[in-house]
Amino acid sequence: MINITIIDRKGQAHETEAPTDMNLNMMELAKALELPVEGTCGGMALCASCHCYVESENQLPEMSDDEEDMLDQAFFVEDNSRLSCQLHLADELDGLVVRLAPVGE
Amino acid sequence: MKETDILIIGAGPCGLFTVFEAGLLKLKCHLLDSLPQAGGQLSEIYPKKPIYDIPGYPSVLAQELVDKLMEQIEPFKPEFTLGERAEAIEQMEDKRYKVTTSRGSVIVASVIAIAGGLGSFEPRKPPISNIADFEDKGVEYIIKDPELYRDKRVVIAGGGDSALDWTIFLADVASEITLVHRRQSFRGALDSVEKVMELHESGKIKLATDAQVVGLNGKERLNEVVIKHKTEGEIVKSTDHFVPLFGLSPKLGPIADWGLNVDKNAIEVNTLDYSTNVPGIYAVGDINTYPGKLKLILCGFHEGTMMVQSAFKYIYPDKKLSFKYTTVTGVSGFEG
Repeated sequence: MINITIIDRKGQAHETEAPTDMNLNMMELAKALELPVEGTCGGMALCASCHCYVESENQLPEMSDDEEDMLDQAFFVEDNSRLSCQLHLADELDGLVVRLAPVGE
Repeated sequence: MKETDILIIGAGPCGLFTVFEAGLLKLKCHLLDSLPQAGGQLSEIYPKKPIYDIPGYPSVLAQELVDKLMEQIEPFKPEFTLGERAEAIEQMEDKRYKVTTSRGSVIVASVIAIAGGLGSFEPRKPPISNIADFEDKGVEYIIKDPELYRDKRVVIAGGGDSALDWTIFLADVASEITLVHRRQSFRGALDSVEKVMELHESGKIKLATDAQVVGLNGKERLNEVVIKHKTEGEIVKSTDHFVPLFGLSPKLGPIADWGLNVDKNAIEVNTLDYSTNVPGIYAVGDINTYPGKLKLILCGFHEGTMMVQSAFKYIYPDKKLSFKYTTVTGVSGFEG
């Protein structure tokens, strides 16, 4: 189990323990916590509806071209932007803090 | 005005296969979709991705599955209204439903099957707080008539094909074009990217990379955008138009107001026949919800199959339906 913090769009932090042996990603974790993350494409880095900002110093998996391209369709992209569906829950993510990015209409 | 037995709203895999099952019962279908092509998410979001859980296909590309479904339903001559969104519904005196689309087309059907998936695909709107105030007053999410921009100053935002293509096209139409993109490279087709770079070098367009539009100013109409550069901070730029081109995202849209029971953007159905709370309106595929719902294409196929049985009884309460296997009877399609 690893510790994860997700800060929602109202600024409220949701701390949770998450399993690393269930092949989950951050988008799925956020949805499981009933946080307002769409994850429209189901986790293929094809829709940009799970955009988040990584606010901790964890070593993250490198961004694929697909993810980089898809972030072009997201709004208010910053240097610490990621698609949460591309962050697979693994030991390196222990202590991860992410903030959900704002969404358009 | 078009008339049909079943109006299927949504031409994704589930809507398409429903045509086949309806056809076996001699029910005619009309498909309506907001996208310009059939296939729904499969064609729009992931045409080249493999799908592994279609029975009988160890692996099939999403677009290939759509093509096969189109081939499978061809004998039943479905009609299509594409690029239009279902807007309003009204029950007529004879109990049939009349659906009007975003472009004013009218389709009359005995039964409505909503196979809308995630909803209808609409342009993504940037979360700039006052953007709605400027819609059609300088902010457009889709370019309908390029002449609107003749001799005007235009700021386009986005990094994909449509942002690049419109920048190139409008370079000769608008008095000034500025393309704003959040990073330095573009993901569009290579020759479009090269063309944009050429136009930039020759001074025909302005390029603001590592930048995003974060604010809009104006009184009656838009007259300024605030562009935030990654390192250089914010600049205010005068403009007549701002066109954000960030692709499409699905929205439930006007169907949400059709009096159907909706839970978290999904339509509640009875799993006996996938009927909604309104008689004659059904919902199948990703758009419906019930205890144990799985959003799988394969489940949508089942739902469509069960649904048309119920639709037949709804349309012909006095007729008997005898169940036949296609292996025994074959598939006899409709004339023209």
